[in-house]
Amino acid sequence: MGPFQRLGRSALGVLERLGRGHLFLLRTLLAMGTLVRRPGLLLREIYSVGVLSLLIIAVSGLFVGMVLGYQGYITLVDFGAAEALGTVVALSLVRELGPVVTALLFAGRAGSALTAEIGLMKATEQLSSMEMMAVDPYKRVIAPRFLAGVISLPLLAAIFSAVGVAGGYFIGVGVLGVDAGAYWSQMQASVDFHEDVMNGVIKSMVFGVVAAWIAVFEGYDATPTSEGVSRATTRTVVHTALAILALDFILTGLMFGDI
Amino acid sequence: MTTRRIEITVGIFVALGLAALFMLAVQVSNLGEYRGGDGYEVHAYFNNIGGLKVRAPVTMAGVRVGRVSAITYDAERFQARVSFTISARYDQLPTDTQASIYTAGLLGEQYIALEPGGEDEVLRDGDVILFTQSALVLEELIGRVLVNLTGN
Amino acid sequence: MPRCWEWLDRTRTAREHSRCLTTRPPFKPRTRTIDASPDKTPWIEIRDLHFARGDRKIFDGLNITIPQGQVTAIMGPSGTGKTTLLRLIGGQLRPDHGQVLVEGRDVHRLSRRELYRLRRRMGMLFQSGALLTDLNVFDNVAFPIRENTRLPEPLVRNLVLMKLEAVGLRGAVSLMPSELSGGMARRVALARAIALDPLLMMYDEPFTGLDPITMGVIVSLIRRLNDALGMTSIVVSHDVAEAGSIADWVYLISEGRVVDAGPPEQLRREASDWSRQFLEGLPDGPVPFHYPAPDYLDDLMGGDTR
Repeated sequence: MGPFQRLGRSALGVLERLGRGHLFLLRTLLAMGTLVRRPGLLLREIYSVGVLSLLIIAVSGLFVGMVLGYQGYITLVDFGAAEALGTVVALSLVRELGPVVTALLFAGRAGSALTAEIGLMKATEQLSSMEMMAVDPYKRVIAPRFLAGVISLPLLAAIFSAVGVAGGYFIGVGVLGVDAGAYWSQMQASVDFHEDVMNGVIKSMVFGVVAAWIAVFEGYDATPTSEGVSRATTRTVVHTALAILALDFILTGLMFGDI
Repeated sequence: MTTRRIEITVGIFVALGLAALFMLAVQVSNLGEYRGGDGYEVHAYFNNIGGLKVRAPVTMAGVRVGRVSAITYDAERFQARVSFTISARYDQLPTDTQASIYTAGLLGEQYIALEPGGEDEVLRDGDVILFTQSALVLEELIGRVLVNLTGN
Repeated sequence: MPRCWEWLDRTRTAREHSRCLTTRPPFKPRTRTIDASPDKTPWIEIRDLHFARGDRKIFDGLNITIPQGQVTAIMGPSGTGKTTLLRLIGGQLRPDHGQVLVEGRDVHRLSRRELYRLRRRMGMLFQSGALLTDLNVFDNVAFPIRENTRLPEPLVRNLVLMKLEAVGLRGAVSLMPSELSGGMARRVALARAIALDPLLMMYDEPFTGLDPITMGVIVSLIRRLNDALGMTSIVVSHDVAEAGSIADWVYLISEGRVVDAGPPEQLRREASDWSRQFLEGLPDGPVPFHYPAPDYLDDLMGGDTR
């Protein structure tokens, strides 16, 4: 097989996966109706996807906020603008770090777990046996996990940002002696609810859809062997990270590009 | 893990997330100050706005009363047309109020400072402020100082 | 008093049901005359089935008829696509060509909704058991009942205990699948497969990897459930002795086609060379010991090494 044939074959493979992924998303969305009748399924998944990620998100948010507090202070104090620390911390968190870092951590903590779980269910014929018991795995397994991810990520990102702002306050005001009033008032003066906070929330919603979609798709599409599942899990983390960062670039351009 | 405990922990999680969002809205952003809509808009023409940006603060005696909502260039007057929204609470501004563009600190952001005049009439939505003072451009200032120095 | 396995109406109580399954006289392999034959009411008909995975042909014009109320064994060497056949019958895979008719209706022409309705009347025992690992034994058996019906919880409980009693594992209700031995897991899976009283049971290699006692239990359960619940059963297996002992009719498949069919005794008596090799487990015969390979000597002497 020549290099061009090989290239063509792998390009076809990529297109095939792309198409399968979108059909999968469509079927997942169509299966969503069941969750209205059975919210218990969704709650259980929000628990394992969202609640169990809470600790890592809160701790990371705290540290990121504290680092921003230090670094922002060191940079700003040279210009005599240490009061703007609140602005720096809040804008970095709300616009970028909150949605992006949360999505990356989510891919590592919850996304990989989702892929492994669904992949193992496939490898041990659990999905197949569900189908034979006249239970649609899309309704029973895929849709609740997908929606749980979509719901959890924006909430986790909001918690990340809020904890981060508190961490920046702790370092900036508590340790480095920035005036508390200036920290908050500068922040409030320059962070706009619609432009910054809502755009951050929209970003994290988009990331939620993408991260949850990749995670459940990789699990459902995994080769049903232990090697296949482990490779799918790795792919989930890598693909989610790449997709999130690329999408972040596009979304940032769309949202803040005109200023 | 019983269903009940899962429901409770998920409830706590969702509440925490919403509380964080609420904090971002009220404590971190400017939503606490202005609820969108209730304010009135006035316009002013400046020869030079310097580095004034949309959403820059509008202050009155140092207190924030509104923000810049739009900046456009008026081709007929060869001037910048700045629109700003003033919170509805501050509806007692005389029509001869003066608007000046100042800089907060040497390198800080630029803002509009309003100084009230003495008229009985007050500004309403859509009115134009007649008395304006343009931004101080650093290069111009330095140029003038240099001219004065060489003149002496 | 009628023999209890003849009470086939579904209104019987839990106690009667379980007594029915536990008080039956011990199972004896039957030596019957050839009253069992495919020309009884056909329940499932497979017509000219073709199926390929990639370049590999799995079925190449397969024709099988499965009569109602009987145990049909489908036997063949490993890798002849026996599991694939069950998946084709269950509508999980689509054939490239040909039909699978259940009660005269083409499974692969059904709408999704109709297919799921049909599957409610099918049970399938997977080789691995395929129990849901996050649910305990009780919830596993209750799963198809809860998902497909709206029975009140006390009734679900009765049904589950009934089915577990039938496979002798009522005492294991609270165990997790990871705590079960292979044989127990398969019995739980069997209880789950019959939870909705299916009309058709499909068994995928039900005898592999079991100790002789558990194997005996499964063998007799398959026959008893079939007769007591009035089911139709398909057993896919390569264990000649066990499958032969309970089947009314045997299909031997190889290379995508039926090579021999008939009641087990008859097959043993008058089978072709190939069938005899398979049934008696001879190491060499029409089926060569060697996987197709280039000439041994040529290979050893070098040639191109790939």
